[in-house]
Amino acid sequence: MSVAAAQSDRIATAWAVLDTVPDPEVPALSLRDLGVIRDVLSRDDGGLEVVLTPTYSGCPATEVIAASVRGALEEEGLGPVTLTQRLAPAWTTDWISEAGRRKLREYGIAPPGPASSCGATAPVRILARGIDCPRCGSGRTERLAAFGSTACKALYRCLDCREPFEHFKPI
Amino acid sequence: MAATAESIRLQVTPEVQYVLRLGDTCLVHAQRLAEWCGHGPVLEEDIALTNLALDLIGQARALLTHAAALEGQGFDEDQLAFLREEDQFFNLTLAELPMRKGGAHSPGADFADTVLRNFLLSTWLGLCWQRLQGSSDAQLAAIAAKALKESAYHRQHAADWVVRLGDGTEESARRLRAALDRVWPYTNELFVHDAVDDAAVARGLGPARDTLAADWQREVAAVFNEAGLTMPPASPFASTGTRGVHGEHMGFLLAEMQSLQRRYPGGRW
Repeated sequence: MSVAAAQSDRIATAWAVLDTVPDPEVPALSLRDLGVIRDVLSRDDGGLEVVLTPTYSGCPATEVIAASVRGALEEEGLGPVTLTQRLAPAWTTDWISEAGRRKLREYGIAPPGPASSCGATAPVRILARGIDCPRCGSGRTERLAAFGSTACKALYRCLDCREPFEHFKPI
Repeated sequence: MAATAESIRLQVTPEVQYVLRLGDTCLVHAQRLAEWCGHGPVLEEDIALTNLALDLIGQARALLTHAAALEGQGFDEDQLAFLREEDQFFNLTLAELPMRKGGAHSPGADFADTVLRNFLLSTWLGLCWQRLQGSSDAQLAAIAAKALKESAYHRQHAADWVVRLGDGTEESARRLRAALDRVWPYTNELFVHDAVDDAAVARGLGPARDTLAADWQREVAAVFNEAGLTMPPASPFASTGTRGVHGEHMGFLLAEMQSLQRRYPGGRW
């Protein structure tokens, strides 16, 4: 096998490994699903460079994510691993994969709509609408709180099945 | 017995001061918001206020790390936050005022102070982030692009509360107006123009504060209008936190924020 082929093989293995590493705060999602892993590159020293983009500025999971990425890849013998943080472009929920959105819904969290729907310039009395209940699918839902158990979520309730649920906010 | 950590002294260039004005405003505002942890009027609001604080701490961490890199003596974000003396903090004085009734040294403050502070500052920060996206400093532009999205949620939440209190009961409207009278003179500092702004503009680092005034007034007026609030008349008062000259509350705030790292240098958990 050529050097280039061996390298691309290692990179494909690394992506597969990263698809099994759960997000520390929303374990239904893998880090790959979350879209925080922007690139996996082969380094001249035989190791890998992983480019990460953090989610929220203050997300306490950022350090845990970095440690889990390093740990998982090194455990598979893919190390040494160099982590690079890339701030721009900023992470957006649009980078959550389709598989990730399905897993969120199955886990009971309503996935985010397009990020262009956030940051509305007219802030007064705007409540996000059209958030479907992840349990019964009803569109008759209401927001209970704009902030939830983590920075990325808001709290909703379904007016049909009466169950509360979390919504992953578009950002 | 552990030694007490020595203070650090920064070489404050205009560039460093410009970044610290933003970073310290985020940090000190977050420190005040964190005082609500476990004391919110309802559970949802307790969680909201601490979530806002968390975003602001994250923004402050990025900005302090960047300021330290620009400063060049090799300090890190923690040293900047915990080992600087009061005169090297450059936050807006507005951010350091007490805002929680029953909090330390704040017998007169009210939840309405918190609501207004969040609204006025998140509107200002949002405008800063918008303009800083075009900074000649790529790191600052990246931090701003990220913070902008977060601050939009902060502003939405705060504006919601301004309307709820202003257009709520007679009592809530009266207390919101009282809070506005207290806080308004401190908003002058949001738009002061000085040599640090000139240097920032000359290097393409970011906007001069006075150029944010018109947009801020318009955005604030739109929400005040909905809330039935009128803007108080302009005040001649000039606060000076962004020059490192703080009010009487800052020392107490820093004492609480810095005490652990001062007493246990480099302590971690």
